[in-house]
Amino acid sequence: MRVWKFGNDVNTDLITPGRYTVTTDKTKLGKIAFIEHRPEFAKEVKARDIIVAGKNFGCGSSREHAPVAIKAARISAVIAKSFARIFFRNAINIGLPLLVCDEVDRIDDGDLVEIDFQTGKIHDRTKGVVLDAKPLPDFIQKIVEKGGLVNFLRSEGYL
Amino acid sequence: MGLTITEKILANASHNSKVAPGDVVIADVDIVMAHDSTAPLVVEGLHKIGKKVFDPKKIVIVFDHFFPPPSVDAARLHQKVRNFVTEQKIPNLFTEGVCHQILVEKFVSPGHVIVGADSHTCTEGALGAFSTGLGSTDIAGAMATGKCWFKIPESLKFDLSGSPGKGIYAKDIILEIIRQVGADGSLYKAAEFTGDYVKNASVSSRLTLCNMAVEMGAKNGIIEADGKTRIFLGRDGKILKSDRDAVYEDEYRVDVDKVEPQIACPPTVDNVKPVINVEGKAIDQAYIGTCTNGRLEDIEIATKILKGKKVADNVRLLVVPASTKVYLDAFDKGFLQEIIKSGGIICNPGCGPCVGRHEGVLAEGETCISAQNRNFSGRMGHPKAEIYLASPATVAASALAGEIVDPREHI
Repeated sequence: MRVWKFGNDVNTDLITPGRYTVTTDKTKLGKIAFIEHRPEFAKEVKARDIIVAGKNFGCGSSREHAPVAIKAARISAVIAKSFARIFFRNAINIGLPLLVCDEVDRIDDGDLVEIDFQTGKIHDRTKGVVLDAKPLPDFIQKIVEKGGLVNFLRSEGYL
Repeated sequence: MGLTITEKILANASHNSKVAPGDVVIADVDIVMAHDSTAPLVVEGLHKIGKKVFDPKKIVIVFDHFFPPPSVDAARLHQKVRNFVTEQKIPNLFTEGVCHQILVEKFVSPGHVIVGADSHTCTEGALGAFSTGLGSTDIAGAMATGKCWFKIPESLKFDLSGSPGKGIYAKDIILEIIRQVGADGSLYKAAEFTGDYVKNASVSSRLTLCNMAVEMGAKNGIIEADGKTRIFLGRDGKILKSDRDAVYEDEYRVDVDKVEPQIACPPTVDNVKPVINVEGKAIDQAYIGTCTNGRLEDIEIATKILKGKKVADNVRLLVVPASTKVYLDAFDKGFLQEIIKSGGIICNPGCGPCVGRHEGVLAEGETCISAQNRNFSGRMGHPKAEIYLASPATVAASALAGEIVDPREHI
C-alpha cells in the first residue's frame, strides 16, 4: 500500500477547501481530497493507500467533509505524530482508521507499507523497518471496534 | 486538590462529584448547534440514527456560512436543513448572523455545556461556559441523546496582566499567545484566560480571546464569568470559579503592556510577527467581521479610523456585522454610515468572505488583510491568494493606506 506523505499542521482547508464542500455527496468529496494542495492525489490514489503526516493533522475547521473525503478516496489509514482533536473524533466516528506514531519521519512518500491493526505494527517494506503505533485509549478503541459512533451509542443503549 | 472551571462544569454535567484530567465522562449538554455548512451531514447522521432530537428547544441551527445562498447547491443544502427543522419542530432557526454571536446573544449562560458543529464554538467559553467544537456525527449523536462524551482535558493557564497600549487590542494579545505556543501548543487542552487584563477587558474582547483558542489546538477556551458577564447577558447562570489550588499543566504569563500590534502572516495562524515587520505590503481586500472581530466594539474601532477619510483606490473594504443586533446598533450609532462614506461595503450579517464562498472571494496573487481567525491557503479563494490576520484597527488603517500599516499612527 503506497504512502502519501504530508508535513505538519495539514489543515482542513488543504484537505477539503471550503469552496468545494457545499455538498454531502461522498463520491464528489472523494474527488476533491487535497484538490489544490496536491492535485495528483485524487487522480492517482489507489484503494488501501495510506496517508502519513507530521503533527497536528487535520487542524482547523470542524468540517467532517475532510475525513469523509479521505475515506471516500479509499485511504485505508492515516498515520500521524498527532491529530487535531475534532478531526480525530470525526475520523473515529465515521470509521476511518487512525494511528499515532512518533517515528513517521522514517517513512517517505511512495514507500510501500503494511499495517497490522491488531498489533499496531507498521511495516515499511521499502525501508525494511517496523514501527510501533501508540495504542488508542480504551474508550476510543471501543468506538472503533463498534465501527463508529452511531453503532457505539446503539450498543451502549443510548439510542 | 482543587478543580478548574472546566473540570467543575464537566463534573456537574456528568453527575460526578469530582473529575480529573484523562477521565472520560458522558455529560448532559445544554445547547447543540449546527450551521448551514455542517448541518446537512448532521441531518444525514440523524436519519441513520433514526431518532427525533432529544429536546427541540435546545437545538440551534444557524445559516451563516453561505446565506443568502450564492448557488443552487447552497440553496439545496438550506432546503434540506429547513425540511429537517420543520420535521423535528425545532423552534430555533436563525439567518441573522454568525452562529457563535447568535448563541452568545440568545442562549449561552455561565455553567452551560455547549457543543457546536463548528470549530470556533470555543468562543462561547468567554461567558464562563464549557463550549467546544465537534463534527457532524458527534453533533447528530448529541442531538439524539442530549449527551456527549468528553475526555477531561488538562488545563493551561494564560495569566494576562497589565493594560494594553494605544492601538493594542485583544486580537493582538491572542495572536501574541499563539505565536508563543504554536498551532498545537494547547492541543486537546482547556485554555483558561485570567489575570487583571482579562478582568478589565470587555465581554467583546474576551470573546475574541476564546475564539482563537482552537487556533492553538485547544478543546475549549474559558474565562470566569463575573458581574460584567451578567450585565452583558441579562440572564443568570451558574458562575463557577477555578479553585486556588486547581491544577494546571502549564502556566503562561503575558505582560500586556509590552504587546505591540501583531499580524499572522500566511499560511498559518502561528506565523505571527509585529505589524511593523510587514509594513508596506500592498493589499487588494480588507475585511472586518466574523466571530472573531465582528462585534460593535470592533466596528466602532474601525469607524474611528475610517471617519472622514477614503479607502485607498483598488482596495475593497468589506464590513460584516456579526449579527443583526450588531448591525442595528452600529447603524443607530452612525458607524455604518461613516464606513459607507469612506468607501467601505457593508454585507449582511454572517461569516462573510471568511470561508471563501461568497462576498469577497480572492483571485490568484491577491492579498487580503482580515480581522478573522484563519489564513490557510485557499481559505478565501485561490490557493495562491495571501491572507494576513490582524485587529480591526490594523485592518481599517491598512485599508486607508492601501498597504499594511501599524495602526498606532492612525488613532
